Amino acid sequence: MLRERIQASNYSFLDKLRSIDYLLILLIIAIGSISVFAIYSTEGGKFSFYTKNHIIRLSVFFSLFFVLSFVRVSTWYKNAYLFYIVGLILLITVLFFGISASGATRWINLYFLNLQPSELMKIAVIICFARYYHRIQSSDIQSYKFLIQPIFLLIIPCYLVIQQPDLGTSILIAGSGIAIIWLAGLNIKYFVYSGLLLLVSLPFAISILKPYQKSRILTFFNPDRDPLGAGYQIIQSKIAIGSGGFFGKGYLKGTQSYLEFLPEKHTDFIFTLFSEEFGFLGSIILLFLYVLLIYRIINVGLVSRSFFAKLYCFGFATAIFLYVFVNIAMVLGMLPIVGAPLPIMSYGGSSLLSIMLGLSIVMSCKIYNQEQISVY
Amino acid sequence: MLNRGRNIEKGRVITRRMFILAAAKILLFAGISSRLYNLQISDREKYKILSDKNRIREWKTPPQRGIIVDNFNKELASNDRVFQLHLILDEINDFDVTIFKIKNLIELDQFQIKKLYKKKERLKPWDTLVVSDNLTWEQFSKINLYLHELEGAKPVLSTSRFYPYANDLVHIVGYVGDASPKDLEKPEIKENFVPGLKVGKYGIENSQEKMLIGNYGIKRYEVNASGKRISQIDYIKERQGNKVNLTIDIEIQKYAQELLKAKAGSICAMDIYTGEVVAMASSPTYDPNKFTHGINQKDWQEIRNNPLKPLINKSIAGLYSPGSTFKPLVALAALEYGILDPNKTIRCKGHKHPYELYGVKYHCWKKEGHGYMKLRNAIKQSCDIYFYEMARLLGVDKLSIIAKRYGLGSNVLGDLYNDEKNGLVPDTKWKRRALEQSWYLGETVINGIGQGYIQTTPLQLCLMTAQIANGGYKIKPHIIKDDFINYKGVINKIKLDQSNFPLHERNYLDDINVEYYQRMYHKKSNINFVLDAMFGSTNEQYGTSYRSRYDDPKYQFAGKTGTSQVRRITDLDRELDLDTEQIEYKKRDHALYVAFAPYKNPRYAISVIIEHGGSGSKVAAPLASKLIKRIIDRHKLREQFNNGNTSLA
Repeated sequence: MLRERIQASNYSFLDKLRSIDYLLILLIIAIGSISVFAIYSTEGGKFSFYTKNHIIRLSVFFSLFFVLSFVRVSTWYKNAYLFYIVGLILLITVLFFGISASGATRWINLYFLNLQPSELMKIAVIICFARYYHRIQSSDIQSYKFLIQPIFLLIIPCYLVIQQPDLGTSILIAGSGIAIIWLAGLNIKYFVYSGLLLLVSLPFAISILKPYQKSRILTFFNPDRDPLGAGYQIIQSKIAIGSGGFFGKGYLKGTQSYLEFLPEKHTDFIFTLFSEEFGFLGSIILLFLYVLLIYRIINVGLVSRSFFAKLYCFGFATAIFLYVFVNIAMVLGMLPIVGAPLPIMSYGGSSLLSIMLGLSIVMSCKIYNQEQISVY
Repeated sequence: MLNRGRNIEKGRVITRRMFILAAAKILLFAGISSRLYNLQISDREKYKILSDKNRIREWKTPPQRGIIVDNFNKELASNDRVFQLHLILDEINDFDVTIFKIKNLIELDQFQIKKLYKKKERLKPWDTLVVSDNLTWEQFSKINLYLHELEGAKPVLSTSRFYPYANDLVHIVGYVGDASPKDLEKPEIKENFVPGLKVGKYGIENSQEKMLIGNYGIKRYEVNASGKRISQIDYIKERQGNKVNLTIDIEIQKYAQELLKAKAGSICAMDIYTGEVVAMASSPTYDPNKFTHGINQKDWQEIRNNPLKPLINKSIAGLYSPGSTFKPLVALAALEYGILDPNKTIRCKGHKHPYELYGVKYHCWKKEGHGYMKLRNAIKQSCDIYFYEMARLLGVDKLSIIAKRYGLGSNVLGDLYNDEKNGLVPDTKWKRRALEQSWYLGETVINGIGQGYIQTTPLQLCLMTAQIANGGYKIKPHIIKDDFINYKGVINKIKLDQSNFPLHERNYLDDINVEYYQRMYHKKSNINFVLDAMFGSTNEQYGTSYRSRYDDPKYQFAGKTGTSQVRRITDLDRELDLDTEQIEYKKRDHALYVAFAPYKNPRYAISVIIEHGGSGSKVAAPLASKLIKRIIDRHKLREQFNNGNTSLA
């Protein structure tokens, strides 16, 4: 393995700087700035706690992203399983020492940050799977022997996260994992069969859900079932977005948010606030920025030589897509409220950290895109 | 090489799969975009309304009630400043504690507290609870002193109905109170109602609700999710109700009420040309101000249990036999139908030789008898015997036509008062229909002296007198100033008619319905004859109200006394011949008096009834005499004021 890395050492620092994807950085900065304005608005136009924290986190994590971008992609490859194991240990730690808020135990107190390991696990699963499938011959992919392992690797963190309970993150972790299995080339029939199985077992699955999760799903199908309780968030969110119209109500003029009709407006419902104030036009522009971001990440995968980098970038792009889609579809009332933050936009350290971490790996793929990684 | 080939194949698979995923992503993003389009562009209006509904809350502000004024624009019902205590419910953390503190400050009793809790249950969490709508100044200042300790308490300066002439007007103006479910069914109240608004319960307040109630204002506030007011967006000012202008002269009304003090009865006074009711007093009375904030049990029982029945508006809801005050009309009817020559002489022989018909004896009120009487004297001295005979000749049906035409037997003020009675003018048809019996001649005979089935209200008697006094013209009695009547024109027209057609004969004797301000008489001379006889009754010796007369032609009036029996007079009674004071109150006669003044150029008619007062000449006539003087003294003022000289206000 050491031999393969020698090639990369030929890069001068200038070369590395030159091969950075500046458009990607620009997009991160753009979405980051929008998020600062949006969070400033959630506080009714006052520069206080959330805005300050968000700016600090953005700048710290952006710096971290920039520094980590220069870590060799082979280093990421080498430590992929370690990453996964650390994530798993943290998840188990949460189970015993986690701190609780509003009925869920999801965080570990790290003093400077309440870390949410399930957010890190989103990235860990992708990187772990990318490494796993990097090694496997295309002829072996279809064999059960090689299918069982990733399924276990996926089920363990998902189960731990559901226990917290956090259905949304768990689904997102599963989604990213499955995406990589798909990318690796597993036969379509497996996806079709498991899809059918899921559909059949859905009633059973719902029956073992926690009551609040059940009510959220039932409410999704009929928000007016309980307009002041479980349906309240969906209804208020739709009202906010709908009343924004084409141009929006104007910055800092979102009545739904500043009159506190919107729940969790600085985290999961940040898009609602943005959409209320900037309307259809703003929403489409923001959506377009995310599309561009995903496109740039895919592009990095396309120009990368190694399967690891390809699988990681495509997987991470799909993960970003899933986060964005689940979040927006949720606030638009197209999916049940499951608790999924909008990447970069939402206030929340762990989510931002994991996204930045993921992006830094993407960037390292870009910088070291010619690096070969041995399959052995 | 094999490896390499496999690797190329694997790379292709990954890329292909990525593109399939990318296509799915594009589809899903397109789904999101179309959803955004739906919400923000197609359904925008719907969500805009929902958003406004969320953030905007309306509070209705109660309007001030329209005022009620008398003929001279004096306020009879006004809006007074009151001190109130409101509780803003969403500012209170612990309702029990707040109520406990308030209870100690303004001394609420257990019953009131229970009521407050009940009231609170019906309100929404952001509503205002009115703890007390009428605090004393002491309570109000106490609340203000401890305001910092009272969560959500708001001392409010508000207005409420106030009746400056309290007892003097309650039967005319009425009173207000909290709206009952039945009140809320009325469209004018339903449309304009705001919780806490007082509505009319009786009288003008009730019947003129549409005029008085006004329109509520709307205050729109932006509120946050927990219902707290953030800012005022809009304020549509409330509109005060319209003024209602009465024809009453409060000075005369007050005086009439004073004359009735400690008596049960009624005094009505009316302009004989315009039909304006100048005074309409009923006694005993009560204070309408007590009802505004809900009358307490003790006061209510006191009013309700008073044997003199203050709640009954005796002027329009009290039914009395008119007694001898009916006689001028009987005489008029007989003359109009040509039944009797006024010079016909009948002898009244006293109690020893009463009038007899089919073996039944009918006595005159005068024990020793009047002797030989002609019609004029019979009216003047109120000889019953003469009227027995005249009624017999006339017949009850003809009498009832004339009586109805002159205003008896039907509602006088329209739908202004829901308790106004029609009274009863009997005839043979009525008896057959209502009692399924045929008419007896004896009933005709006693009908001739205003006894028997006949029932009239004091206001009807006043109207009857007015319409005789104005020369036999139909007038439209009213108590609310009618802007559509040209009073001056009406008076001139009637007066012109009187002087130009002194001998006018009309050929519709049997017709009850006559248009307003049209003649009702058949022969002018008949009216004049009756008026002259009434003059005699008051201003000539032996006249029944001779003692109450004025010699000054300015005040000189003509009238007719009446004493109406409330029970049958037995032979024993006649033998005992007790004074009024010696008879049990309930069995005493009602004292009545009708009059018009001044005799020359008359302008006002008046009726006085004192329940169980005894004889009309002793009790009712002196009161009428006093009031007439007051009315005439104020006539010039009224005339000036009504003809546009409003500077007197």
